Amino acid sequence: MAHWSSRGNDLSFGRKLRDVNWGLVLLITLIASVGFTALYSAAGGDIDPWADRQMARFVIGLIVMLAIAVTDIRVWMRLSYVIFGIGLLLLIAVELFGRIGMGAQRWLDLGVVHIQPSEIMKIALILTLARYFHGLSYEETGQIRWLVLPLAIVLVPVVLVIKQPDLGTAMLLLASSGAVFFFAGVRAWKFLLVIVGGGSALPILWNFLHDYQKKRVLTFMNPEEDPLGSGYHILQSKIALGSGGFSGKGFLQGTQSHLSFLPEKQTDFIFTMLAEEHGLIGALVLIALYILLIAYGYAIALRSRSQFGRLLAGGLTTMLFLYVFINIAMVSGLVPVVGVPLPLVSYGGTAMMTLLVGLGLLINCYVHRDVEIPRHMSGL
Amino acid sequence: MAMNRRDNDLQRVFTRRALLLGTAQLGLFGALIGRLYYLQVMESDKYTLLAEENRINMRLLSPRRGRVLDRFGVELASNRRNYRVMIVAEQTRNVDATLEALSNLIQVDDTQRARVKREIERRRKFVPVVVAENLSWDDFAKVNLHSPDLPGVQLDVGETRDYPYTTTFSHVVGYVGAVAENELGEDPLLELPGFRIGKSGVEKVYDEQLRGRAGHSQMEVNAYGRAIRELARHNGQQGDDVVLTIDADLQRFAMERLGEESGAAVVMDIHTGDILALASNPGYDPNWFNVGITGPQWRQLNTDKYKPLTNKAIQGQYPPGSTFKMLVGLAALEAGAMTPETRVFCQGHMDFGNNTFHCWKKGGHGSMNMASGLEESCDVYFYETARRTGVDKIAEMAKRLGLGNLSGIDLTGERRGLIPTRAWKQAVLGQPWAQGENLVIGIGQGYVTATPLQLAVMTARLANGGYAVQPRIVRTDDALGPATDQRPASQRWPSIGLKREQLDIALEGMIRVTSPPRGTAAGARIMQAQYAMAGKTGSSQVRRISRLERETRVRKNEEKPWEERDHALFVAFAPVSAPRYACAVIIEHGGSGSKAAAPVARDILLETQKLDPSRRPRSAPGPTTASGQPATRKEGG
Repeated sequence: MAHWSSRGNDLSFGRKLRDVNWGLVLLITLIASVGFTALYSAAGGDIDPWADRQMARFVIGLIVMLAIAVTDIRVWMRLSYVIFGIGLLLLIAVELFGRIGMGAQRWLDLGVVHIQPSEIMKIALILTLARYFHGLSYEETGQIRWLVLPLAIVLVPVVLVIKQPDLGTAMLLLASSGAVFFFAGVRAWKFLLVIVGGGSALPILWNFLHDYQKKRVLTFMNPEEDPLGSGYHILQSKIALGSGGFSGKGFLQGTQSHLSFLPEKQTDFIFTMLAEEHGLIGALVLIALYILLIAYGYAIALRSRSQFGRLLAGGLTTMLFLYVFINIAMVSGLVPVVGVPLPLVSYGGTAMMTLLVGLGLLINCYVHRDVEIPRHMSGL
Repeated sequence: MAMNRRDNDLQRVFTRRALLLGTAQLGLFGALIGRLYYLQVMESDKYTLLAEENRINMRLLSPRRGRVLDRFGVELASNRRNYRVMIVAEQTRNVDATLEALSNLIQVDDTQRARVKREIERRRKFVPVVVAENLSWDDFAKVNLHSPDLPGVQLDVGETRDYPYTTTFSHVVGYVGAVAENELGEDPLLELPGFRIGKSGVEKVYDEQLRGRAGHSQMEVNAYGRAIRELARHNGQQGDDVVLTIDADLQRFAMERLGEESGAAVVMDIHTGDILALASNPGYDPNWFNVGITGPQWRQLNTDKYKPLTNKAIQGQYPPGSTFKMLVGLAALEAGAMTPETRVFCQGHMDFGNNTFHCWKKGGHGSMNMASGLEESCDVYFYETARRTGVDKIAEMAKRLGLGNLSGIDLTGERRGLIPTRAWKQAVLGQPWAQGENLVIGIGQGYVTATPLQLAVMTARLANGGYAVQPRIVRTDDALGPATDQRPASQRWPSIGLKREQLDIALEGMIRVTSPPRGTAAGARIMQAQYAMAGKTGSSQVRRISRLERETRVRKNEEKPWEERDHALFVAFAPVSAPRYACAVIIEHGGSGSKAAAPVARDILLETQKLDPSRRPRSAPGPTTASGQPATRKEGG
């Protein structure tokens, strides 16, 4: 086993850079480029105001991603609780002094930058859970007492995010954390129990929802009922998608999106515009790229020698999947509109940064796939 | 090795579960693809249709309204460029600052400012809001010049109805105004904001012809209704012009001749029935109604005792007075109640029953026959004539001459006047006809009323040899200038069955009216022999003269308040040698027909013959056209 450790534990910087999965970086760039063209089209054939800024952010994000990828995985593992702690403090700060935007309190104004602590929490939660479960044996994952702490770790930020209110992010946090629990080996019947219990608690939860959230769920059930009210987004999105047909209306030719029938065409509804202009064909190509990206993620997870790497890669991949699935299902009217962007494509700096940080950690898991990490790590 | 076994367990569990979750995720992607296939392939047609409806917005294009022209093509109602200044809120940095800058160039008062800001609040930010319209070219050019410093200010040239002669043609042409709730019909044009329809006069009667047909433009719009571009355009059909029988020069002359008096003058061609002038004084400015009449303007029009809004030529119903006498005479001749030479002695009054009926000449006229009775307008002669003839025979003659019925002229609000009969009185008042009432009818008083137009028609039917000429205000022969059809009345209209020799008695009487020495209108005769006119005076009482007044002194008209003075009437035709034009003039409370109405009729008929609108070629302007500019009006208002 000596050769494993000598190969895995101390990698030179050059070696790490060579080990970066460049195919994956290329795939990421490809998907982001689809986004650039879509933003170009959304601006009516202009790189201003979206495509140019998005490209700049992507370049910066890519550098950050690579920097994260080549930083030793043990550093991240050590820092994970700290990052979680900072994230949690920021979430509480938002609750106390956050800025109201779009009817919800999500942003924290730090003078120079505005940050969205819930975004940090998406990564921090997976990191923390991965570290926690890395420290558990298979037997321990089967014991309730070892699950109390991680449940608290998940539920505290989720409740804070729901309060903002940001239902989409809360669901994302809950689902990706659940995936980490699942990957870690928590017994399947416990999930069954939670799902059944949660399902029966839904009517109670309903009362905690804000009116606009209730309305979104209700209009999702029957969007045609109120075509100019809150069902408007779903209906217009379906019209744009459907009128795109099999082969689409052509680049820059999407009438629905360009005539502003489509709301937020550059952010949450960018997939609709793409599918309107490029048809089912274009949609399938993009979906195929995402499937490839997710398959890469699973391959990296399966290839990791450490439980931390496996759980981190698996959790991040699941989060990526959730982004893609919820966004496309939302714009095509399969799930209520919850405000989840299409990863790497939707306009927005925060989401882009979160994703590239996540992908940086994913690549990090690949670069450090053979690093052995002791069960109990010293440090922070 | 425990460590290894534990690790292997975890790895095995992870691998199994990762494959499980991965497969599930792939399945969910499959569901997404299925959904997209459903929307984009199976339901594509439905959504394509919805998308088309989404982005295409039909806009109605308002057609250009047809003009109203006089018989020579002079524009009486036309369309004028409407220079407007508008402001687009989203394009200006500061509405207040822009309005302030604008007010340095053109007049923008506080109420305008308040209205603009109110509308900006209400509408979407890209909708232009009108700041000022009907600007003069100078103001418009000034704003245009400064437009680089006026962000969000838009200039626009629209069209608005224009009545260049203001008051001169108000009662004939009428006016346009905004569509009222109850006027909405099938035509979608009526629902266009700012659309104008005819509200009175020819504008109303010929509204459909003038209106034209709506065009439409297919606009591509976004979800907010902002127009992106025009996809297709169909211009519709502009309204047809309407050519009137009126001669603008003659109409203007008639209006000016009526001057400060409240009254009406009608000139018609006795053969064709063309109304050459239909003046009702005072007029009003139809432009007021088009742009939206203000409260003070409306009050002014409604409280004016001269009633400018009333078209007195067709709505004013006056006792015809002595102008009725030809008709009474003809009825008597036809009934055999009188012969032309039957003599009646006038001693200044006639006693009938318990009443005494006075002649206008206190000392009496002496022995009168029909021609001299007309010449001197002897009341006693016609009391006797009417007594012998009876009201029903007179009424029958009146109907044949066009009184008591609507002429059917294409104008709004025409009144029918009143020609009483025995049956009428029984039915309406529930009283039998009193014999004494016949006498009053004989001098055109009592229940008898007629409009100036009806009196003109009556005169025309006498002058054209007894043919039932009908008046018309709109030309039907699609020509400008002289009528293409110059046939005389005898070939155009059915006869009303007058015997020539009997008619000639009436006409002779009318000729003698304007002849010295005894004609009542000899002083107002036309001196030039070729233009000589024949006519009949009338002074109709608006108030019964009391016995007390008779016994003391009958006040002269000039001594009475305006409202109590007699109406002055005169009907005439000319030239005597070959009659062509008939004219009726009424001066409300003008006093005596010979003094107040006859000179006006004389001047109008003389001008008519000089202008000769029925025969004048289009290219030859009339003698007064040298000053023939439209009434001066501030450019652009």
